[in-house]
This record gives sequence, C-alpha cells and structure tokens, in this order.
Amino acid sequence: MASTTLLEVDDVIVRFGGVTAVNHAAFTAERGRITGLIGPNGAGKTTCFNVITGLQKPTSGRVRYRDRDVTRWAVNRRAKHGIGRTFQRLEAFGSLSVRDNVRVAQEIHGGPLAWLRPGGSLLGVDILLERVGIADYAEERADSIPTGAARLLELARALACEPQLLLLDEPSSGLDETETDAFGDLLKELADEGCAILMVEHDMDLVMTVCDEIHVLDFGEIIASGTPADIRTDRNVQRAYLGYSEDDPAAGHTSEMEVVTP
Amino acid sequence: MSSLFAFTLLGLFTGAAYAIMASGLVLTYATTRVFNIAHGAFGMVLAFTFWDFSQRQGLPTLLSLFLVLGVVAPAIGWGIQRFVTRGLGEGPVSVALVVTVGLLVGLIGLAQYIWPPEPRVLLPFHAETGWQVGDTYITAHQLITIICSIVVAVGLYLLLNRTRVGTAMRASVDNPELLKFFGGKPDTAAALAWAIGMSLAALAGILLTPVVGLDYYALTLLVINAYAAAMLGRLKSLPLTFAGAMGLGILESLAVAYLPTDGFWSTIRPVIPALFLFVVVVAMPQTQLRIGQVKGIIAAPVPTVRKSLASGGVLLAFAFVLIGIVSRADVLLIGVAATYAMVMLSLVLLTGYGGHVSLAQFTFAGVGALAYAKLDEPNLLGLVLAALIAAAVGALVALPVLRLTGLYLALSTLAFAVLMDKVIFQADFAFKFNGTLATERLSVFGIQIASDTAYVWFMVLAFVLMGLFLLWLRRGALGRILIATRDSPSGCGTLGLDLRWFRVGLFSLSAGMAGVAGALFSGLRGTVGAADFLYFQSLLVLLAAVVFGVTSVTGSLLGGTALMLLRSSSPELTAVLFAILGFGAVLLARDPNGTANHLFKLGRWSTNRVLPRWEEQFRERLDGLLKANRPQPARSVDVPVEAAIEEPKGVS
Amino acid sequence: MSIPILEVVDLHAAYGRIEVLRGVDLAVPKGAVMALLGPNGAGKSTLVKVISGQKEATSGDIHLAGVHVRGARSEDLARVGLCTVPEGRSVFPNLTVEENLVLMSYAGVPKGAILETAYNYFPRLHERRNQLAGTMSGGEQQMLAMSRALTSDPALLLLDELSMGLAPLIVDELYDTVARIAESGVSILCIEQFARTALRVSDYAAVMSGGRIVATGEPGEILDTMADVILGGAA
Repeated sequence: MASTTLLEVDDVIVRFGGVTAVNHAAFTAERGRITGLIGPNGAGKTTCFNVITGLQKPTSGRVRYRDRDVTRWAVNRRAKHGIGRTFQRLEAFGSLSVRDNVRVAQEIHGGPLAWLRPGGSLLGVDILLERVGIADYAEERADSIPTGAARLLELARALACEPQLLLLDEPSSGLDETETDAFGDLLKELADEGCAILMVEHDMDLVMTVCDEIHVLDFGEIIASGTPADIRTDRNVQRAYLGYSEDDPAAGHTSEMEVVTP
Repeated sequence: MSSLFAFTLLGLFTGAAYAIMASGLVLTYATTRVFNIAHGAFGMVLAFTFWDFSQRQGLPTLLSLFLVLGVVAPAIGWGIQRFVTRGLGEGPVSVALVVTVGLLVGLIGLAQYIWPPEPRVLLPFHAETGWQVGDTYITAHQLITIICSIVVAVGLYLLLNRTRVGTAMRASVDNPELLKFFGGKPDTAAALAWAIGMSLAALAGILLTPVVGLDYYALTLLVINAYAAAMLGRLKSLPLTFAGAMGLGILESLAVAYLPTDGFWSTIRPVIPALFLFVVVVAMPQTQLRIGQVKGIIAAPVPTVRKSLASGGVLLAFAFVLIGIVSRADVLLIGVAATYAMVMLSLVLLTGYGGHVSLAQFTFAGVGALAYAKLDEPNLLGLVLAALIAAAVGALVALPVLRLTGLYLALSTLAFAVLMDKVIFQADFAFKFNGTLATERLSVFGIQIASDTAYVWFMVLAFVLMGLFLLWLRRGALGRILIATRDSPSGCGTLGLDLRWFRVGLFSLSAGMAGVAGALFSGLRGTVGAADFLYFQSLLVLLAAVVFGVTSVTGSLLGGTALMLLRSSSPELTAVLFAILGFGAVLLARDPNGTANHLFKLGRWSTNRVLPRWEEQFRERLDGLLKANRPQPARSVDVPVEAAIEEPKGVS
Repeated sequence: MSIPILEVVDLHAAYGRIEVLRGVDLAVPKGAVMALLGPNGAGKSTLVKVISGQKEATSGDIHLAGVHVRGARSEDLARVGLCTVPEGRSVFPNLTVEENLVLMSYAGVPKGAILETAYNYFPRLHERRNQLAGTMSGGEQQMLAMSRALTSDPALLLLDELSMGLAPLIVDELYDTVARIAESGVSILCIEQFARTALRVSDYAAVMSGGRIVATGEPGEILDTMADVILGGAA
C-alpha cells in the first residue's frame, strides 16, 4: 500500500497571528484514489491546499511528495513535478478566451523552448475542453462564462499540465445536478488513469459517491477519517459538521440548495 | 575624532528634515495604500508658496508659515485625497504609480508656470543666530529643524495612539469596511492623513530649501530620500523611518567629509539615498504569491497580421512623403518622435501587456546610446550589441528586486534612473560631465545611411518593425503568457511558470527595445550626451504612453509624436505642457488603453453608425493616419490586475 | 402590533447577471430575536450586506424602525443604531483590545462606559487589554467582536455566522451572550447555518432558500422543517 502514496502531509501547523488555521494536520493522497477534505467554513481546508501547492509556508510540519520533502519548494517547481490545482476563488485568466486559457497552460507546461515555436496544435486543447464539457464556451472570454464553467476551465487548465496529483477546491459549486453527475464520472475516470485527487467539496452527495476516503477538518484539526460510510455515522462529524458553509456570494454560486440525502 | 562628531551632528540635522518628509509619506501610504511619488513635488510647490507669501508678498514669516502649513497644505492634501487618490489604493499599483507620477510632472509644470525660473533665495530661519559647540557651529535653523522633527514624532505618536481618529486611521488600514460598521468614516480618516502628510511635506520642503535651494527638481527628488528612509520601516513603521532618515542624513554628511572632493567619488554624494534604497530593498525578505486578487481586464485590440502589415506600409509611405517635404530641422524632429515612439513600444510590452511600471525606460535608451557610441561599430552588429547591453543592464536592475514586485520594483527603477543620470552617465568613462560623444550613423550591409532623410526614414522603419515584432509577440505563446501573468500570477505559478525569472526576462527585453531606440537616436545628430537622458525624460515617456494608450502600437505612435512636439516647444510653453501632460495622466491613468482606444471606438462608431457610404474612405484615412487597425469592439475595462504586491499594513 | 424594528419588502439584489435575492420579505418584531437559517448559497450573506448598507439592492424596500433606509451608507446606519457583526473575525487585528473598544464609541456610547461594560462582562478582555487583537484566540476575538453588540445599545443587532470556525463550546458561550443582550431588550437578527445553536435563543425563525424566505414560524416548527433540509443527511 505504501508504494501508492503520492503525497504525505505530515503534522502541518499554520498560524496567522494568534489564529491557528491548520493544527497538526496529517493525511495522505494515494495514486488512483479520490480523497475528500470536508469541514465547515474556516476549518482550514483551503489553507491545507495552499501549503501543499506552496502558496503558503507552514509554521511547522512537512509535505512529502513522491517520497521527497517538498516543504521548501517553490510553487512552480511543485507544479512542474505534477501538482495541479484549482481555486475556490477563481483564478482563470479573465481577459483570455477559454481556449487560450488551456492553451497557455499547455505552453507554460511546455517550457520556454515551446514559447518560441510558432503555431502548435490546438487539438489537445480542444480535446480537453470537450472532456471537461466546456467546448461550447471555447471562444468566450474566461471572465464572461458562468462560475460552474469557469471551475471546469480551471480543471481543464490543470489537466493540460498532466498532473499526478490534482487538488480541487470546491469544484462543483456552480454546477447543476446533471453537470455534477458528469463531473463525478470524470473524476472517477481521472482516478482510474492513475491520478491522485484531493478534493475540498461541500456537495455531500458528490463527496459520498466519488470519494474513496474522507478526512473531516474542524478548527484546523482532522477530527475524523475513513470511508464515506464511516464518516456518515461518525459521532464527531455529526456534532461538528451539521451544516454547509456559505460561499462568498461574490464568487457566484447557484441558488440551488445543496441538500444532503443519506 | 571631534570632526567625526561634528559631521555626525550635521548629518542629524539633515536627517531630521528627511524624517519629517518621510513620516508624511508613510502616513499617507499606510492609511490609503497610495504611494505618493509626488510627495517631494508637493513639498517643492509648497516651499515656493511659502517663498511667495513671505518674500514676494512680504507677509510676516510666522504668518506665512501658518498659512502654508495650516491652510494651503491641508487643503491640498484633502482635495487630492478626495478627488484624485480616493479608491486608488484598492486598484492596481501601476495605476496609482502613474497617477502620482502625473502629479509630480504636473506640479513641476505648474511651479514653472507660476514662478518662472529666476534666482530666488529663501533664507534660513534666524540666519544670524548660532552657537559654537566645541568646534562645531550650530545654526538656529538646524536647531529648529531638530525641534520640528521631535515635535512631529511626538505629535504623530500621540495622534495615532492616543486619539480616536488616529486609531481609526490605523483601523482603516486593516479593514475599512469593518470600520464603517463601527460607525467610523474611513474616507475622513484618509483625508485627514493626506492633509497632515501634505503639511509635513511642506514643512520638510521649507526646512530643506536653504540647504538644497529653491529648485523645482532638487526639492522634488527629495522623495527618494524620504522613501529610502521609509523603506527601512517597510513603509509602515514610523520609528524605523525616523531611524532610517537619521542614518541617511549622517551617511550623506560623512560622505561629504571623507570622500575625495574630485573624480568619480565626488559624484557619489547625491546618489547616496538611491544606493541606500537599493541596499534596503535587496535586504528585504521575499514576498509570497497572493491568491484571490482582483482580476484585470485590459482589452487592447490585437490587429490581424494583414492589417498590421498594411498599416505599417502606409505609415512608411506617409513618413517617406512627409520627410521629403519638410525642412531639415523638422526631419530631425521626426527622428526624435520615432525615438520616443520606440521607447514607448518598450513600455507597451512592460506596462501595457505585462502590468509592470518602469520609471527608467529612457535611461535604458541612454545605456543603448552609450554602448553604441562606445562600441564604435556603426553597423547592425553594433546596434544589436547595444541592444543586448541595454537588455543586460535591464536584467541587472530587475535582479535585485526579483523577489519583490509592483511598487518596490517601480521605485527601484526610479532610483536606478537617478543613479545613472547623476553618476554613471556623467563619469569619465561615459559621456563625461556636461560632455558629449561623437557617433556615426550606422551602415546596413556596407551602405552607410548618411543623409538625414534616409536615416530618419530608417528610424521610422525601425519603429514599424519593432511594432510588428511586438504584435507578433502578443499573438504568440509569450503574449498569452504575459496576459496570463497579469490576470492571475498565482494561476501561472501553480501551472509551473517561474514568475520571477519570467519577470526578469520581460524587463530585460523591454530594456533592450529601449536600447535600440537609444542607439538609433545617438546616430541621429552625430553627438549624444548625458543631458539627452535625464531621469525626468523617463517619467515623461511613461506619462505620454499612458495618456495616448499604453496597450497599443498606435498609442506609442501618437505618444511619441506628442512628446516630440512638447519637447521642441518654446520653454515658456513647456511648463504648461508639463502640467497638461501630468494632470492629463492623472485623469486618464485609470484607462490604460488611453486616447488611442477612443480613436478605435470612434472608428467603430463611425463604421457602424455614421453614413455607411463614407465607411471605406474614412477607414482608409484612419488606417493611414494612425496605423490603427480594423477598429474592433473594445471590451469593457475592469479593474486591471496587479500582481503579488506586498502591501505593508498598519502604522506603528 | 407595533412597528417592526426591521422590515424588508420584496428585496432584490444581484451580482452582475446572477440574481441572488429574489424578493425577500422579512419582518423582525421589536425586542425579538429572529434566527435566519438556510443552506449554502441561499443568499443569507447577501441579505446581510444589503441591510447593512454594504451592497446596493436592485429593488425593494428596507425599513429600520419604520424609517426607509435602503441606500443608506453603513457608517450612517451604524450611528443610528444598527450594529452589524459581519462574518469572520470582525475585529481589527493590528489594534490592541482597548483600541478596538475605543473605536466602538463611534456608535454613540462614551468610551468609559464601553470599557466598563466590556471588561465587566468579559474579564478576559481586561487581562488582555494591551494585546493586539489579532494575536488572541478565535474565541477571544469573537468576545471582543460581541463587546460591540453588548456595549453600544443598538436598536437592531445583525449577527452574521457568529459560530463560523469556532469550537461548539465557544459557540455556546457566545450564544449565552446573545441571550443576555436579548434580555436587555435589543432586537436581534442572527444568520446561521448551525440551526440548533441559533434556535436555542430565538423567538422566531425564518428559512431562506434560493434567494427567498421559504418558511417562518416558531423555532420548534422551523426545526422540524429544517431537519429535512439542512440537518437531514449528517444528523
């Protein structure tokens, strides 16, 4: 089993001033598996992502990736080694078209030599857009498409860099039911191809159906870990996690209720 | 030993005045996040105002002082915050920078217009009074300066820590929205901070005038001393700012005492603040990438290949005809316009596409000119080498500030421009003090472009080629990455882009383009000197680029032409034009697409609405005139982005 | 029945093209505590922003104690007695505890009285009065934030997601404070996702979903409705 471990977060602590955002967090992500991180807003999930991708330095603790200590690696170096992510607050390139967003990701991934080569095939880009289901938006500017589509665009952009570890920060918010189902299928496909997926998500339906393992964070601490079935019946989880957090409405979200059904 | 003590003491006096100026800068920056590059310029204008009250109108000194510090300065500060800088702090740093650079240039123009150049003297306070302390003579003016700085320090401490409105000022830095929920008014706090900051600029200006003279530029440049000091406190700590100011004063004083009075080392003294600043900036810890930034959308229409080639051809033909019919002097002016336009193209790359501000772009042109003159290779190889040298210098400037962005990068380029202007360009190995170097016009494939007309046309050709190169770049992978880094630096980072080296490369390429412009310019008149590349030129180029559109090649063409007309106008008019350009930039900085974009819009409007049968004619004319391209629908301009800027918070 | 302290009539608000509030009708009776519950994305935070003057409504009316206040600025609302405690840490992290308290006097109560009330109720704040607020624990920061509600004697207290990211024990303590403020006659509208804690102290409750109020009533009735909606799966 140990050989499938791609990422290991080891006793990470992050403090902002006197507030502990992440407290002794420890979990792993395995190749070919989908791991869910859930918990109320402010529980430290996004901070964990920032630590893993290098956007936030941990106060203490280690991040190991492919059996190497990457705690001190720069953001771009981690990306080059296969850590891809999407953002909760969208970071799409607003003034580029959807197609160019993915294209630029591919070009960045290709390295400086690829920048000077003229042309380049758009085939791979269009296949990716098709795969995540936003091919219809290809010509639109990225800041003019709906939030759900923009989240899928960020996923396509991350996939363009051929990640081995994929971090998804609330990927389904903004998607309707059918889109969420299709998205869940896509995640399973990606996992089957060998990708390790770590996902912060509020849609419990999605989490319960696609995740192989779930960690529940509260006040920066992991209060429960296990399979969806375990989590559903865990007392700690019931006490701490009764609701769903409210997104920043400025980021846009659906007016659909996200209802949990057992 | 005693002379060391004496010079340290003298340094403290200048340091005290710097401290007053720097604390005003920190106060305004910390409460509103707008770094006021025009802080020194305001001090200059207010020192002139004080001279006007006390000398020209003969009011009593104390009354004049009260009027300036207690009425005029606060009113200006309040007005500037209310009508100019409000809301700039939340926007991209580049906009705030351009606005305050606009204020700086506009104020210099205004001062020259109201108080035309003539010898003016502002005597020290109680000029005849002084005391002998040991072997040092302390004047009353020096004592007053020290006392003022102590009063300012204590006053600011009490204001910020012991009053509710001062507390509200600090609170509004943390979270202005929350302050409103408390019932406080962040705008009032900001206006008060600017009013006080302006009074401090005035006080420092008045105290320093007897030392540096009543000079438009010298007083304006004091902002470098101020921010060098403020940088030690990372633009937020007032005690460290005071320490920095005192250290700077002493350093300058000791330089006077112990550095040789002739040769290269004698020129170091005026640039000590700039050097001090470099050291502090380089020693600052690295900033982290920020996420969740405002997205920026600047929509510069990118023309098709066919359109840009056609427009370039039309421009060349037009230039050919124009060069043929105007006088020799005017031909040379067209060459000057082409130089400015090319330097502006380098800004289109850096600022328009990349979102970074450089205040040293014309200095890079100077490096190119110097390299070309010194290489003495009047051919394409020499031109390429000059460009490479300028590019290398550009990379060197960007390297120390590799880890920082935005504000600090821009301020460092200003320090660099001053350093080059005052030391390197005037050194014996360069243009020499007040000297020039002879240059030869280049030959292409063995044929020298000797005649004025041919050479100037060649410069226009160079501009066209550079513009085509830029558009090619913009359409390709690099262009897309540039836009991507501007829209979301964190997005690029997590896709694997090394933003720091990319930024150095961008800076370097931009400097290289400016270098080409400089090298070609040096061949234009056959001689070139340090006076051609004053740091101030870089500010003018930036402003003209912004006013006429820093996101398009057309904007550069318009800006270059306008700047040439401005620089060749009569001296009396220059002041007015400075003011127009400066204050124009203040008005237009929020729309980086500039005047050029309005022309695009006009073109679109006319093609869509006005008399369709005129369409063909009109567009042809527009294309010919502007090298504009098919007018494309201009997308709305949202708040453009500024990258990972470290924004120091709070005053302590 | 007397005039409600807060009355919201057919309120609409949008972010760009996305309409988030689609006709909200809500009345908080004077002296009552009302809990406003609802799942992720229901528009609760947007409603708070519109009522508190942070965001413009596209249409509809807001009356505060019978006065039409739609479009008023938040600082002016604060001075006439609307006390908004926004979600997240609503303290100034780089000011000391005492400086935070001093700023609360903008709402009209003198500084001395504020310090006395706050320190009496939360002795812990007195111990830490010279400490920077940002260096305190989350619970202590929320105490400081609640001090504003406690000391400024507001006409209406608007609490947004008080319990966010806090341990259940601390949330309980905070709601004790809310209960005490309510006893003094202050009208309160508290927005929560954690139904039970909020319902414990409230007289009325409303459920928001899809940008509208879908149910109002006594806490008991609402809890049953909510159980299906919010607590269903996990509880």
